[in-house]
Amino acid sequence: MHLDVRIPIGLLFVVFGAILALFGVFSGPAIYQSHSLGININFAWGLVQIAFGAVMLWLAYRGRKAKV
Amino acid sequence: MLQHSIQLHSIDYILLVTYFLFVLGIGFVLRRTVSGSKDFFESGRSLPAWICALGFIGANLGAQEVMGMAASGAKYGMMTSHFYWVGAVPAMVFVAIFMMPFYYGSKARSVPEYLKLRFDEKTRGFNALTFACMTIMSSGISMYALAKLLNAILGWNFHGCILVSGVIVLAYIFMGGLTSAIYNEVLQFFLIVFGFLPLVLLGLKDVGGWDGLVAKLVKPAVDAGFAPGTWTHSWAYTGSASTNPMGVEWFGLAMGLGFVLSFGYWCTDFLVVQRAMAAKDMGAARRTPILAAVPKMFFPALVILPGLIAIALHSAGGNFQLPSKNGGLDYDMVVPTMLAHYFPTGMLGLGLTALMASFMSGMAGNVTAFNTVFTYDLYQGYIKKDGSDAHYLAVGRATTVVGILASMAAAYAAASFNNIMDILQLVFAFVNAPLFATFLLGMFWKRTTGHGAFFGLISGTVAAAIHHGLSLPHGATAGIKGGWLGAVHVYPSEMAQNFWTAIFAWSTCFVATILISLATRQKKTDEELGGLVYSLTSKIKERDARWWQRPALLGSIVLALALVLNLLFW
Repeated sequence: MHLDVRIPIGLLFVVFGAILALFGVFSGPAIYQSHSLGININFAWGLVQIAFGAVMLWLAYRGRKAKV
Repeated sequence: MLQHSIQLHSIDYILLVTYFLFVLGIGFVLRRTVSGSKDFFESGRSLPAWICALGFIGANLGAQEVMGMAASGAKYGMMTSHFYWVGAVPAMVFVAIFMMPFYYGSKARSVPEYLKLRFDEKTRGFNALTFACMTIMSSGISMYALAKLLNAILGWNFHGCILVSGVIVLAYIFMGGLTSAIYNEVLQFFLIVFGFLPLVLLGLKDVGGWDGLVAKLVKPAVDAGFAPGTWTHSWAYTGSASTNPMGVEWFGLAMGLGFVLSFGYWCTDFLVVQRAMAAKDMGAARRTPILAAVPKMFFPALVILPGLIAIALHSAGGNFQLPSKNGGLDYDMVVPTMLAHYFPTGMLGLGLTALMASFMSGMAGNVTAFNTVFTYDLYQGYIKKDGSDAHYLAVGRATTVVGILASMAAAYAAASFNNIMDILQLVFAFVNAPLFATFLLGMFWKRTTGHGAFFGLISGTVAAAIHHGLSLPHGATAGIKGGWLGAVHVYPSEMAQNFWTAIFAWSTCFVATILISLATRQKKTDEELGGLVYSLTSKIKERDARWWQRPALLGSIVLALALVLNLLFW
């Protein structure tokens, strides 16, 4: 049985996104003020990655259901 | 200098370690799908087109590409886009529509094996040997570049980096074979997109969008003595070699880069072709390069734009400065400098993970191509012809270990001889440029003979060497850069010299192959050539397929899009 590649991709991005978004919330503005033009990029890009990861996992789930 | 300029924190390490665990996990889960050599070397020919397509560009998306294109963007501006819109995209459409039917449709399991079926043993042997050497050298140079970069910006131990990167790549290929390499390339593809896209977005916002960037790029162009728009146009200043920083005119560009070098790479290099050959059926194999061409054509936004932004910021003289090297700017540091400038702790970990992913995908691509060519073409071809399938699988795994060890040796060789990169580029230009002529004639002219192909290739390679020996790029001294036979012609840049070396090599091979073929007897019968030559292969019917499954239609759409991009950034 082949592994659906969308599962590890989805998982990795959900995990990465969650780590970065949480870090963005709790780390305070000092971390990003001197970089990234004052944008809390950890939080913002963390959310984008969670969304992408979730779509990948949903596609994998749908693909599995279609096969059964 | 950027010495140890990046400070990583525990969050960055957490991201890095998580990524490595995923990479190894994929290999671990896939180890059960490998039950024979076909699974290990060809993914059992079972993958859907979109996975092969992302693997197809992922394997090519090594760090040389990511860092090199950014460097080139800073150095030459928008003209760098020719590597994509004139180079890669048309070649990818060509290989999909015209060549994939012969690669996938014949019994060949590798590009050298196709040469054996179409021509003869000696042509296959020559191609397999040179290819095996080049993959090991490229993989070693990838390793060396990774270790050197991590050592410079993070202060990590050079030997440790070589060892760890080698062991990780070895582990996941050893367990899951080509499937594992391709799956990881897909993962790496997304990681690179997600790691670099915010860099581009932040950079663009910083310089005031595309319009702001265009305005800011006037200064570096004028400072270098060119017209104000040189850095933001791809074709407008190619009327003569002296009006653009690349030092090439439109003909050398279109013919040398667009035709010979790109087609030579994308159509005959087994590293990329292997990804398409892993597809589950002929339709998927043909769609692979076309689907790959779609993201490929937008890659300049991801890899060239950071270079443009970096040089714009640098010449504006703010707090962003590129490090210098040997009196000029160190363009290879564009990406690390941008990462350190725009990414705070956290995102920095993601950016570095993406960079490491790109190094490792470049290595893995070379190693999987090496183990296949070595096992099928050199070991099975010359050492043991009638082993069991389990035997070849074992040899493939052992070859993977040997390939990684040899890459490590090549990495140390690269560390001690500083011109090994130039040597590799030279070998590549000498051997690869004429190869496309051999394939073109082999696939579309059934009269091409084995002797014609072999001696045509040799003459093309010799022609490349002679041209290189007689010419020199501006400002260089005779030696590894050329002119070792006495410089008769001086090119404005190294790039121009490369393109013209390729043009000479290709033309010589093309003419020599035709002449020698006409003078020698065709030893292969028409039956033997069925499925290998255009005129002797039944045409694939596309009428039954849905419109989005028809390669010719998809290819035309992709070409039209590439044309629009060329016109937009003319």
